[in-house]
Amino acid sequence: MRVFMLGWEFPPFISGGLGTACYGLTKALDEMGVQITFVLPTVVQSKYATHVKLVSHGTHVELASPTMQQSVHTPVKVQQLKNVVFRTISSPLQPYLTANSYQQKIEESISKMQASHGRAGKFAGTLDYSGDMYTEVQRYADLAVRLAANEQFDVIHAHDWMTYPAGAAVARATGKPLVVHVHSTEFDRSGEHVNQMIYDIERMGMHAADRVIAVSYLTRSIVISRYGISGDKVEVVYNGVERNGNSNLLVGNTTIKKDEKIVLFLGRITMQKGPDYFLRAAKKVLEKIDNVRFVMAGSGDMMHRAVEMAAELGIGSKVLFTGFLRGEDVNKIFKMADLYVMPSVSEPFGIAPLEALDNDVPIIISKQSGVSEVITHALKVDFWDVDEIANKIVAVLKYPPLGVTLRSHGNYEVRKLRWKDSAARCAKIYEEALVGAGV
Amino acid sequence: MTNQSIRTKGMASVCFYFQVHQPTRLRHYTVFDNNINYFDDRKNAEICRKVANKCYLPANRLILDLIRKYDGRFKVAYSVTGVLLEQLEAYSPEVLSTFDALARTGCVEFLAETYYHSLSFLYSRNEFAAQVNKHVQRIQELFGQTPRVFRNTELIYNNDLASLIESMGCFDAVISEGADHILGYRSPNFVYTPKGCNRLRLLLKNYSLSDDIAFRFSNRDWSQWPLTADKFSHWVNRVNGNGFVVNLFMDYETFGEHQWEETGIFDFMRHLPEEILRHPDNNFKTPSEVVKTYQPMGVVDVPHLISWADTERDLSAWLGNAMQSNAIHELYRLEKKIKGSGDQNLINDWRKMQTSDHFYYMCTKYFADGDVHKYFNPYDSPYDSYINFMNILGNLHLRCVKHPPAAPVGQVAQNAELLTVVRQDSPQVDAVAAEIF
Repeated sequence: MRVFMLGWEFPPFISGGLGTACYGLTKALDEMGVQITFVLPTVVQSKYATHVKLVSHGTHVELASPTMQQSVHTPVKVQQLKNVVFRTISSPLQPYLTANSYQQKIEESISKMQASHGRAGKFAGTLDYSGDMYTEVQRYADLAVRLAANEQFDVIHAHDWMTYPAGAAVARATGKPLVVHVHSTEFDRSGEHVNQMIYDIERMGMHAADRVIAVSYLTRSIVISRYGISGDKVEVVYNGVERNGNSNLLVGNTTIKKDEKIVLFLGRITMQKGPDYFLRAAKKVLEKIDNVRFVMAGSGDMMHRAVEMAAELGIGSKVLFTGFLRGEDVNKIFKMADLYVMPSVSEPFGIAPLEALDNDVPIIISKQSGVSEVITHALKVDFWDVDEIANKIVAVLKYPPLGVTLRSHGNYEVRKLRWKDSAARCAKIYEEALVGAGV
Repeated sequence: MTNQSIRTKGMASVCFYFQVHQPTRLRHYTVFDNNINYFDDRKNAEICRKVANKCYLPANRLILDLIRKYDGRFKVAYSVTGVLLEQLEAYSPEVLSTFDALARTGCVEFLAETYYHSLSFLYSRNEFAAQVNKHVQRIQELFGQTPRVFRNTELIYNNDLASLIESMGCFDAVISEGADHILGYRSPNFVYTPKGCNRLRLLLKNYSLSDDIAFRFSNRDWSQWPLTADKFSHWVNRVNGNGFVVNLFMDYETFGEHQWEETGIFDFMRHLPEEILRHPDNNFKTPSEVVKTYQPMGVVDVPHLISWADTERDLSAWLGNAMQSNAIHELYRLEKKIKGSGDQNLINDWRKMQTSDHFYYMCTKYFADGDVHKYFNPYDSPYDSYINFMNILGNLHLRCVKHPPAAPVGQVAQNAELLTVVRQDSPQVDAVAAEIF
């Protein structure tokens, strides 16, 4: 089985669940022996700046961050991916972009380049900054078709809406079946104020596909009811968790005192994730317990608003904002946390709580999440129920046996969620797609 | 006692005992709550009435009919908990009248247990004795009977319990689960003597036949489905020559709740006496009659605690995880302060928190498998039940801190009396009592 996979980031440059999921799934498929051509967008700038270099045929991958300051790139060895070939397409596309944030990003890149080259208008790269996000998505599709012409594969697998046009285009051009993977929908990201253009693209992709994979039954029901997709076309494949095990990390010095409890929010600080509910619950908790610190690890479009809100609520001194964390920092913060809270308004799946459990941190998760379908040993709340969130936070901090039991059962339960099983299900779906397409 | 020599072709006495109980369920209580009303009266009323209609009333009427039809040859026993009696009084008093009618037939025996269906035997012998006495008194008041046979909550039993019950001086027998690991090759179809006891007798549940009715009755995957009265009576007849008594102990909710009416459970019961009595050597006996009729066949040694719960037949359903043991320890730790307050409402609230169901709801054993534990659980998860319980306990604690700790004289005297009754054969009780006082 050979797959043309339209994916996203690769570690250590992962900006969120989408990248994590793509990586986890690809790795597990690789171990199964599935051949993958992994296509991802990268920003290739002038030779004076840092660049991304990917060595194909997957012996090892050297990656350098486009955001790193030095021109010397540090090769990062990703483990052996024997069956994965990487292909890049020059594009500033990234997960979680909105039309506005895309524009912002472009403008930033332009001014950066102007600063380093001292010239305007002439760039050494192959990037086209003339259009908006939607144009770029279509352009990406065209480039993907060109790339696909030189590749051999049986099925196309596209992850999230920005790759759907590419997936559909390649499917039309090659006649191969298309599988789209819905990691989130506009309804999750934007509530009821969906962006019509993004919605249209999502809908187009799901209808063009031979099979649709949803990351939870929650998402599956949205796909069926809001996008008009027939139930027998949509399958659920739960995400897994990349087990880091319990590495004995030495936690460095921080401003947090050792006897203070840490309640952790880790994720993008955006409406979908319910940061405002987190902060309001924090305030209630502080009415009952004093030696606790609330840590918001992440960044996002609501970051500034969150900082303001903490101040407005009068709890500013009790809330720490770490900014975006990646790699080992994520593990460190989990090791320090006494409790992880995910008050998401609408979470298609939610891998971070599984990582928390993997790190022996008990979790409180929103009932409006996909992950609550797979984990039973967690405290569950309705995201809007600030009183109940606070009640449960206080309970975990106040009654040690609660955390003890949640941790030991949760840690055991999370071991059952393996990417291996997700990959096996995907492989089966590929087979079904092939049969369906009469190939 | 009648002198009954051992026959090779013996009689089979069927001894039915039904457990009747509802907990006083707690309402949702957060750490921010400070209301002293801990119980979900509305939900308790709703459930009480529902179970009364589906089970208690139709089953009581059926048993009453059968008693009258067979003119004294059909007999049963009940153990009704104090916490249920309180709820019936408040929400379904008509059920109490049917129990009263049953009592007056002279064919129904009422057993004794802890008033609050608690695990107090494990944590406070004093409290245990007080609850047993309270229950005995209530049964006397309501039904004019003084129970002579005792069963502990969830049939939790060991040699110590038997000794304690014997030393109380007012019981003839105690009931336990006929678990394989205590019986070995022996059969539950005989009367036994608990190890360390002289007078007290032990009646063991025949779990196989009991569970055939209580659990397997409506299971279509069961090889013996459907279970008819005559099929069951054949199995009972097979006991002849291998035992004297078939102890069928089960939850009363088997009739109408665990096994819905549509399964035919009521019809089964309706026809059972006829089928059983078809064999001239069979009869029905109450537990006291069984004890009077049959000599004990041997001594049963149960050094470690057993129960009738789950496959393990141990205490793991209530005390298997850290939350459960923490909750129960914290609860009993308050005993001295609570009783010292002299506030009867506070004491009653504390006692209603002792009902074993509250800890059962915190069980994580099969949580991920979503099984029978979950079906009767009013909480979404065992964690929710623990959080709720501990929040309420916190409030209880606050309330007794408000009261000065001096114990009123009457209370101490009563406690001392109970201690004397209980002291005779149990040095362990002395140790426990010394701890408490």
